[in-house]
Amino acid sequence: MKVFVVGLNHKIADVDVREKLAFNGPKLEEGLLRFRQLPEVEEAIILSTCNRVELYANVRDPQKASESIKTFLSDFHNIRRESLDSALYIYDDISAARHILRVASSLDSMVVGEPQILGQLKDAFEMSLSKKTTGILLNKLMKKAISAAKRVRTETRIAENAVSISFAAVELAKKIFTDLSTKVFMLLGAGEMAELAARHLIGNGVKEVVVANRTYERACDLAKEFNGRPVNFDDFMQEMVRADIVICSTGAPTYILIKNQMQKVMKERKQRQVFIIDISVPRNIDPEINDLENVYLYNVDDLQGVVDTNLFERRKEAEKAEKIIEEELETFLKWQSSLDSVPTIKALREKAEEIKNDELGKLLHKLQDIGDKEREAIEYMATAIVNKLIHPPTAALKADTENKELLVAAIRRLYGINGERSED
Amino acid sequence: MGILLFEVALTFYFAATIVSITELFKGSKVTSRLMFLLAGAGFAVHSFSIVYRYVTAGHIPITNPHEATSFFAWCMVLIFFLLHFRYRVGLLSSFVLPIVFSMMLISSMLSREIKPLSPLLQSYWLGIHTVFAFLGNAAFAMAFGIGCMYLVQEHHVKSKRLGGLFERLPSLQTLDDINYRLITLGFPLLTLAIITGALWADSAWGRFWNWDARETWSLITWFIYAIVLHSRLVAGWRGRRAAILSMIGFLTIIIAFFGIKLLRKGLHVFL
Repeated sequence: MKVFVVGLNHKIADVDVREKLAFNGPKLEEGLLRFRQLPEVEEAIILSTCNRVELYANVRDPQKASESIKTFLSDFHNIRRESLDSALYIYDDISAARHILRVASSLDSMVVGEPQILGQLKDAFEMSLSKKTTGILLNKLMKKAISAAKRVRTETRIAENAVSISFAAVELAKKIFTDLSTKVFMLLGAGEMAELAARHLIGNGVKEVVVANRTYERACDLAKEFNGRPVNFDDFMQEMVRADIVICSTGAPTYILIKNQMQKVMKERKQRQVFIIDISVPRNIDPEINDLENVYLYNVDDLQGVVDTNLFERRKEAEKAEKIIEEELETFLKWQSSLDSVPTIKALREKAEEIKNDELGKLLHKLQDIGDKEREAIEYMATAIVNKLIHPPTAALKADTENKELLVAAIRRLYGINGERSED
Repeated sequence: MGILLFEVALTFYFAATIVSITELFKGSKVTSRLMFLLAGAGFAVHSFSIVYRYVTAGHIPITNPHEATSFFAWCMVLIFFLLHFRYRVGLLSSFVLPIVFSMMLISSMLSREIKPLSPLLQSYWLGIHTVFAFLGNAAFAMAFGIGCMYLVQEHHVKSKRLGGLFERLPSLQTLDDINYRLITLGFPLLTLAIITGALWADSAWGRFWNWDARETWSLITWFIYAIVLHSRLVAGWRGRRAAILSMIGFLTIIIAFFGIKLLRKGLHVFL
């Protein structure tokens, strides 16, 4: 019974790879059910966002599970099996649990502290609950992850960062333009942070929303969400002529807009002011564009600099968050180890012995005038009763059955064995 | 009495200027209200002093350097209040009132004697020509102040250092729009001033254009603002370039106004 994670995120995979592995829309449900049906997988959750695709499982044999999940991924997405080996990260047991807690708390996000990921994780978990693909281990871990994320959010100032980056973008837009409701906004690409900033900006009221994405379907999805108009990615340069505020986050490895292209755009738009926010890492927009008149280019670091120049403070907040993760991880691991059968058998026996000795002590104290023979007989009987009573649960715990952790939890609860009980 | 009114107005403007400069460092609703109260009081007294002088002299009081500078300042304050009620531009006073006060101070140092009006100026053109000219110039002076504000705010946004006045200055587009509005207001007024001046010159001397220094500089000024407007409409020169050009335009006005006066040459000797 081990937590197991296979996946990839924005740090190790480019958008084109992430897209290929994404479980979008109806594919998610189908994928989840097939993933759960793998013989090596006992519980299953799939988290698929634009910045990460991760499969969470409860497995017995990580080695076998890893092979089987990779084969499943390559079949499901029609990707060459070999190409997956280097593209994915794999965590098992403690490191897997830690990874999930960190993801939930947004410590693994492109923009640390952005709040959307927790909602996305909750959605993934809800999906698994409704399809009954999870069990005691992942249920517990998800609850732990959610509570850890909440603690990180309330006890550190990490979440403020992401929100305030979007906030800073809006404030800046308001210091460049008189009235946002007359402005055309374009979202180039996608990503947690870009969407968050876009949502903030649109929430402040813009005239028109244009969405360009390398995958046209994704552009359509986002356009629908933002009540905007999808356009082909190749047409974005024409759209630049009309767009007043641009948020760019495409995951392209090079600049998609350079100075002399922008110069032409500015000429066509009669030098009307334009505010460009480049959230991409690596940057997608040539920083020299900021030298052009009436062009104001900010990247994530610039916005971060606006929000908070004190790096030391931020590092301290991140350390605090990691500490919270470790604390929560520890309580999870304690609970998990309590589900092991060996310590449970031991605890069950100890408990029985303790009861037997207590009761014998009390009885023999009262019956002081009996002889050694009688005393032995009484002790023998007590031992026999205890042994007979605890034999079936012990045998069940020793047997190699499925869902053993459920059995362990049940036995611990029925016999009132201390340690963390399944409190919820 | 006339002198007293002028001094009181000067004092109010002085106080308003001091408050508006302190607002650059630390502003609040209280300081802003105080500034408007002082500037408003100054404007009221100033208006009264101009009317009083009109009545005393029996002709429009824009006939000597003291009167002209004072009227220039009055026009600026008028436009300042109009702009304020239209756009509610934060910190505008900090950039404009120092100019107004300087004008008033210069005016206070010039001769305030009311001389009999020279026959040359006894014409209905006097009122028309000068009011056009000064309202136009005042609009350009305001454009200068707005241009300064634009450059400060643009520096904040471009350099990504958003401390200082960033929070309290209006948006770049607002400043740019106001700058444009002021120039579209000032330009026709300047044009009318030049045309009425030419007509007046024709009726006084029989020639429309005499190439005296004031006329020449006014023409230069006119061309500069024509370029500002033309390049904006055709090539979209806005923002920083428009701000800088409008500031240069105002400097030529200052040269035309004070520089030529120091030379005391040409037909505009009386002013």
